[in-house]
Amino acid sequence: MQTKNIMIVGVGGQGSLLASKLLGRLLLTKGYDIKVSEVHGMSQRGGSVVTYVRYGEKVYSPVIDKGEADYIVSFELLEAARWTEYLKEGGHLVVNTQQINPMPVITGAAVYPDELVAKMKEKNIVVDAIDALSLAEQAGSAKAVNIVLMGHLSRSFGFELEEWMKAIEASVPPKFLELNKKAFLLGREA
Amino acid sequence: MKQLMLGNEAVARGLYEAGCAFVSSYPGTPSTEVTEAAAKYPEMYAEWAPNEKVAMESAFGACLAGKRSFCGMKHVGLNVAADPLFTISYTGVNAGMVICVADDAGMHSSQNEQDSRHYARAAKIPMLEPSDSAEALAFTKLAYELSEQFDTPVLLKMCTRIAHSQSVIETAERVEASKPYEKNPQKYIMMPGNAKKRHPLVEARTQALVKWAETCAINRVEEGSDHSRGIITSSTAYQYVKEVCGDTYPVLKLGMIWPLPEKKIIDFAASVDEVVVVEELDSFIEAHCNALGIKVTGKALFPCIDEFSQNLVAEKLGKAAPACGSKVEDAIPPRPPVMCAGCPHRSLFYTLAKNKITALGDIGCYTLGAVAPLAALDTTICMGASVSGAHGFTKAQGGAADNKTVAVIGDSTFMHSGVTGLINIAYNESNTTVIIVDNSITGMTGHQQNPTTGFNLKGDPCTKIDLETLCRAVGIKRVRVVDPYNLKQTEEAILEELAAQEPSVIISRRPCALLKYVKHNPPVKVDADKCRSCKLCMKIGCPAISMKDGKATIDNTLCTGCSVCTQLCHFGALCEGKEA
Repeated sequence: MQTKNIMIVGVGGQGSLLASKLLGRLLLTKGYDIKVSEVHGMSQRGGSVVTYVRYGEKVYSPVIDKGEADYIVSFELLEAARWTEYLKEGGHLVVNTQQINPMPVITGAAVYPDELVAKMKEKNIVVDAIDALSLAEQAGSAKAVNIVLMGHLSRSFGFELEEWMKAIEASVPPKFLELNKKAFLLGREA
Repeated sequence: MKQLMLGNEAVARGLYEAGCAFVSSYPGTPSTEVTEAAAKYPEMYAEWAPNEKVAMESAFGACLAGKRSFCGMKHVGLNVAADPLFTISYTGVNAGMVICVADDAGMHSSQNEQDSRHYARAAKIPMLEPSDSAEALAFTKLAYELSEQFDTPVLLKMCTRIAHSQSVIETAERVEASKPYEKNPQKYIMMPGNAKKRHPLVEARTQALVKWAETCAINRVEEGSDHSRGIITSSTAYQYVKEVCGDTYPVLKLGMIWPLPEKKIIDFAASVDEVVVVEELDSFIEAHCNALGIKVTGKALFPCIDEFSQNLVAEKLGKAAPACGSKVEDAIPPRPPVMCAGCPHRSLFYTLAKNKITALGDIGCYTLGAVAPLAALDTTICMGASVSGAHGFTKAQGGAADNKTVAVIGDSTFMHSGVTGLINIAYNESNTTVIIVDNSITGMTGHQQNPTTGFNLKGDPCTKIDLETLCRAVGIKRVRVVDPYNLKQTEEAILEELAAQEPSVIISRRPCALLKYVKHNPPVKVDADKCRSCKLCMKIGCPAISMKDGKATIDNTLCTGCSVCTQLCHFGALCEGKEA
């Protein structure tokens, strides 16, 4: 099979590492070759962060380049707009409609563009815009935005729900297991 | 068992399986996780050293004692440890010793883009260069074998994309290894008489390693169908080449980057019409090929700046890269890293900027004090340079700089190499004020313990170096502690110490707001009726504060209730959450 490319993008501190861990765990049980590339260090401090997940028969490059992504999962609206050119024509964007202002917007040096969901929908890509923050709060914690979005992404893969649940069990502490399972299901149904 | 593992964790696994017993490192992105992962194996002793030089010398001592040893660092850390590096090349080892250095092409989290491969050649030490996690594990184990077989420390070169990418590995059992220590002054005492005898051995060792490089499995030719071109490459550049070209062209994949083989490269070049060298950063393999008299294309095609990607390699090799996807036409504002809400550094930098003080900065989270709207720093060079730089600045300006110049350095960075600069200030008597921003952790690299925190790498309580006592002991009489959350107290202390006619140290002490044990206060409350839209609260660059419909608003999910903004507001529009 051709290598599949998934990007998980967001703001440093939103929990993209857990999302990629979950995906990596599940893909490993399927026998694929996998590479997951993460951002650590300075750029994590509230900056724009991106995680690349690639799987297939044999994966070489650890990163995804412009025009290569099959899926982008974005934890924040502006970050989705920043990375859309990495999507293939017809690629699939799962985006949280939550807006987090970057410092240049806060200080008034730049403007947060409006109507981003509508503008992205005009492009030749599939856009699923969901209010993941509300669903995460409904599940019990605003921090579960990452799992809500992975739940929604899971609809695009042919894997059984049970397999996803096993991957969640292996990726989160027992204390937060129920919350994360609930968040995943809310995202999957959204 | 197959596992998905970070490149750095795979190095740690390699240490474990190779029977390494001693690990000493200083944290630095992208190398930190090697040592953190190593600390999770109870069979290995692991520690954070105060700096890379200490780590390397400690690791050398451990290998001398007969245990396989390791030290890890980022590229600029190897500069700090360069002194022992060049001489342990002469002494060689007893049990094996491996030094991991992680480069940061693209400068994701670094102050320069130096290419550590030059150190291998300069110090005459072999260097292995893995290109994924499986190789990171295998090469680490191989490095110990080479170290003992050729009596040399071995460098293991990582880079951000290998260190911070997970890929599939298979684990094996640990094999214990140790040797007796035997006194051997001719080998280990590098005074001129002995060192003169060791140097020819080092040169002979390199020649022996070249022979090994000719036939070793990690320098391999991967056959291709089209011999009009052959590619020599290594590390992450190899992955991009394979991604773009598959099995089209023959590839000479180099796993040992120093010393490089000669006959193998000459034979490979003869088997193809033209040779292209694909390597990130400097011309290293290319320079070697040129020295062998082989015509290759390298830096004429590929940049020596920034990291590569598959699209860049495709473009340079004349292959089709995928068309860029659709882009939203609006200008997308950048999202640079920022100081966190509740960061204790923020108010200090606000105070420095407000008083127009020249601040020589250092390496850590507080480097973000350079970013607007705080814009409070004048320099960032390397670990410790703030303290020594401020000394030189103050001396050079004479009295003119006395009341206007400070050094700003973190607790961990001060222990790393700030204290020597402070000794210079005391000894050579410059009227310098040093501010130690003590957030009780090594923040930027992700919360590592250091000698001032009272805990070791394994999280156990240990001796805590007392900063006040240390500063006084080196000869600074004026040492005071402030709470940076208290704006008035902080400003008074800075102005008083600047006015004093002798060197001084201000310890700005407040734990990092992200530490698990730090309790946050309720979020700050806004009384919109009292807000006059003066935007003074916006001057501290707190991500939790923004203006909405002309009034200050607080993001309750971010605000830690540090209350610095409430001290700024002249109109009482911002008040502590617990008061409301």
